[in-house]
Amino acid sequence: MALLFAKNNSLSAVTELPASVSGGVLNLISTQTASSSATIDFTSGIDSTYKSYIFKFYDIHPATDDTSFEFNGSSDGGSNYNVTKTTTFFNAYHNEAGSSTNLGYGAGSDLAQSTSFQRIIAGVGNGNDESGVATLHLFSPSSTTFVKHFMSVSQRLSQTYSVNDYVAGYFNTTSVINAIQFKFASGNVDSGLIKLYGVT
Amino acid sequence: MAFGLVKHNNNSISAITTAGQLTSGAMTLIKEQTASSSASISFVDGSGGVVLDSTYPIYKFEFINIHPSNDGAKFNFNMSIDGGSNYNVTKTSSNLEIYHYEDDSSSVFNGTSGGTLQQGTGDLAVLRGVGSDNDQCGCGTMFLFSPSNTTFMKHFQIRSVRSQSIDYAGDNLFCGYGNTTSAIDSIIFRMSAGDIDSGTIKLFGIKGS
Repeated sequence: MALLFAKNNSLSAVTELPASVSGGVLNLISTQTASSSATIDFTSGIDSTYKSYIFKFYDIHPATDDTSFEFNGSSDGGSNYNVTKTTTFFNAYHNEAGSSTNLGYGAGSDLAQSTSFQRIIAGVGNGNDESGVATLHLFSPSSTTFVKHFMSVSQRLSQTYSVNDYVAGYFNTTSVINAIQFKFASGNVDSGLIKLYGVT
Repeated sequence: MAFGLVKHNNNSISAITTAGQLTSGAMTLIKEQTASSSASISFVDGSGGVVLDSTYPIYKFEFINIHPSNDGAKFNFNMSIDGGSNYNVTKTSSNLEIYHYEDDSSSVFNGTSGGTLQQGTGDLAVLRGVGSDNDQCGCGTMFLFSPSNTTFMKHFQIRSVRSQSIDYAGDNLFCGYGNTTSAIDSIIFRMSAGDIDSGTIKLFGIKGS
């Protein structure tokens, strides 16, 4: 067994602390990087370990112009992504020319007891400098008593518009949600980073 | 200076149980409370391990699966400046309300005075009208800024999502302030009617630097 020697009161080679030592509240579970990916699936790490989970999305860039980044849940480990959902959607936008602003409900972007995918970043542009970012909070996915609530907020650049989307709703099931899939409505996820955290 | 030897096990340290001066991240879990037919759940600075003072400039509450005993009851909060003896801080707030029915019959997007206060001392909603069906509940987060400040009023931001008693998904963004320059040292959560049948509330502190 090797010994570590203290250097300036630090243990420079330590890469892992024991479970009894808190590493903070946001615990990174996994990171996935898109590279012309049809889908990005999280099929492990979503369980009863934490009462809530947070996904962070960094510079999600589509292959296809003006397509929506969306998600669905699975109750069977990722074999099927088709959980029934009821959701709300609203957004605010402002274009670079300063000629158009709006705040309103997106009736075409919500779901009512639908198994379809729910968009969280609607209409991302595929220009070289265009992308979307977001945070998605998923509550208690392993509950077998309650429906599973989620809420997200995103920001994107699309067709010279700065757009801020808000989504909330629930997976209307008492089965566990143990996998989540992300994809674009059309074409691949050209690039981007998604991180999954568990909240202590 | 004496150094003890620490057993090294595949680049992990297995014998340490406290981190001492090691950083534990910018956000710290202060207290978690679980409701079980509870009339209220309160977080009082200095009581039961609760810290709600100048230690952190921002506090965050997380609400998980709040389930009421009474159908359609609101999940409310109020603040105290006297250690929880009185929960009656004057507040002014706003409410952006969005909902969508499961049968797709209606959706609403509205800035509304419903669920708000105008210099009122009553309770304010975190969740408006949670269903009491076995599978219905509500979740959300609340940020409370600088509660111990004695110069400024005390701002808060809430976002919550719920399965409403009449079967819709409801999203609310509540913002406002406790209109007092006294320190806020206690928060109470309770339903507008009946008990909090079940649910979890977590209090986190967020470091300023």
